[in-house]
Amino acid sequence: MFTFIIRRLVQTIPVLIGVTILTFSMIHLVPGDPAQIMAGESASPQQVELMRERLGLNDPIPVQYFDYVSGVLQGDLGNSVRSGRAVSDEIAIRIRPTVELATMSTALSVFIGLIAGVLAAVRRNTFGDTFIMLVALFGLSMPNFWLGIMLIQYLAIGVDIFGFNTGIFAASGWGTWQQQVLPVITLGVAGAAIIARMTRSSMLEVIDQDYIRTARAKGVKERVVVYRHALKNAMIPVVTVVGLQFGSLLGGAVLTESVFAINGLGRFMIDAIRARDFPIMQGGVLVLAFMFVSVNIVVDILYRFLNKRIDLN
Amino acid sequence: MREEINNGAAIAKAAPNPSFVKLASVWKKLRRSYSAMIGGGLVLIFILIAYVGPYFTPYGPREQNVINKLALPSSEHLLGTDHLGRDIFSRIIHGMSITLEVGFVSVVIGLIIGVFLGIIAGYYGGRIDTIIMRFMDILLAFPGILLAMAIVSVLGPAIVNVIIAVGIFSVPVFARIVRGSTLAVRKLEYIDAIRSLGASDARIIFKHILPNVTSPLIVQATLSVATSILTASGLSFLGLGAQPPTPEWGAMLSDGRAYMYDSAHVATIPGVAIVIVVLAFNLFGDGLRDALDPKMKN
Repeated sequence: MFTFIIRRLVQTIPVLIGVTILTFSMIHLVPGDPAQIMAGESASPQQVELMRERLGLNDPIPVQYFDYVSGVLQGDLGNSVRSGRAVSDEIAIRIRPTVELATMSTALSVFIGLIAGVLAAVRRNTFGDTFIMLVALFGLSMPNFWLGIMLIQYLAIGVDIFGFNTGIFAASGWGTWQQQVLPVITLGVAGAAIIARMTRSSMLEVIDQDYIRTARAKGVKERVVVYRHALKNAMIPVVTVVGLQFGSLLGGAVLTESVFAINGLGRFMIDAIRARDFPIMQGGVLVLAFMFVSVNIVVDILYRFLNKRIDLN
Repeated sequence: MREEINNGAAIAKAAPNPSFVKLASVWKKLRRSYSAMIGGGLVLIFILIAYVGPYFTPYGPREQNVINKLALPSSEHLLGTDHLGRDIFSRIIHGMSITLEVGFVSVVIGLIIGVFLGIIAGYYGGRIDTIIMRFMDILLAFPGILLAMAIVSVLGPAIVNVIIAVGIFSVPVFARIVRGSTLAVRKLEYIDAIRSLGASDARIIFKHILPNVTSPLIVQATLSVATSILTASGLSFLGLGAQPPTPEWGAMLSDGRAYMYDSAHVATIPGVAIVIVVLAFNLFGDGLRDALDPKMKN
């Protein structure tokens, strides 16, 4: 197990190097002169030159990359063009809502997805199964920014039913639970749908196996068979999906933060894109990609731990 | 000897074309699948609406009537009007082709690049394989929409750039599918046999490897159209894609947001349109998977 963890960590090094190359090249792939773009269209040649100097754009590319990576390794992601403050500080202020939102939504989608998937699987090919799977397909097909707006419409602004207003939650911000409920639902629905589908098909595969029949033959209660014996093995492929799902969740967080005006990393990055503040964009992409890679290492380790059949080396 | 060969050719000609037989059996399976039939039917209807519908809309997509702005649905305006008094129904119909084209074109881009890279990686193996697949891992390490955001931020906000961005982020999925199948087929004995008969690499790839991956590719491509439409509309919603006054649904939704308090329909309707189209592709993809490729899962 230990060697596996070490090996897995070593394997991520080339991926992380690749990620830094990609974020580094973002600034060089822009059509036109990045210094001119960042200094603004009305900037004088001197200001552009100053910006070029500040960004180190006069050095040869390999030197620039080396400087960039050694900066990143020391936690220096450069300075925001707009505010002039360190990118790492700017990100540090805003990362908490994003991480909280992503974690809570993952928890919600795993919880709902597992229950729905198991319920559908034990009722295979009945009306209940079809219904759950249709709802899941619907959840998978919804743009989350639209769902967010609908939730704001009906549960934050609210409508009057029998003299009672349904607007019990907050429409924007992040902090109190009234503010957190709607964004977490918004972001969690698609994941719940995917996990439900995965759980169902994985349960169906497991439930026909001999050891389940043996357990039933021994007189083990059906509930124990389903939740103890079957679900435990059905969970194995689900775990991988949860890890991969975390990536789209981080992406979805960008949209969700925008809809609910949450002052998180995602919204910050969109503002940076609009303002062409490249250091912020590079830093944000790097941090999010790093989070995604780390979560997937944890998931991989968990996966090997759950699935003892896989050779650890 | 010569005659025998001719005989063989005659027999081969008399037998029904194997690809036709396969197609017929696929159709038979598809017909039994409700989701494939409903989803596929809807997709066809949407394509028809997208290219014929614009000739029959009651108003132009950019025709403004500020006096009648934010009107609720009525017989005059089936789905009401937006903040500039434009007919939402007409805009939805005109936006349909944008939505479908974004989905199709980006998936075709991803498919072509992905298939190419996947075959090279799987067929030649070794260091080329390692480099290509590591690069795919890196692309996968970027959450999809973020990668697209990064690309759009480099290229500038426009619908074409969204298509490129969304296409690039679907490359790894296709590359992985093709690489896996290529690896599996490459090791089969009959490939060795035809190679020793002098078949070129290109012939082996096109005649013997590609046909083996068409089923999973078609299924994945259909499902990818659905996710691509979602991602692209998200980018337009953020203002990084189609720019006003283009009747793109994500951008329309974004416009409608400002009037959420009084005129809910302006933001609701484009979203419903996106849901219906994406749902159709997902249904179709699910049905195709059951018919073509029962082993493949989510």
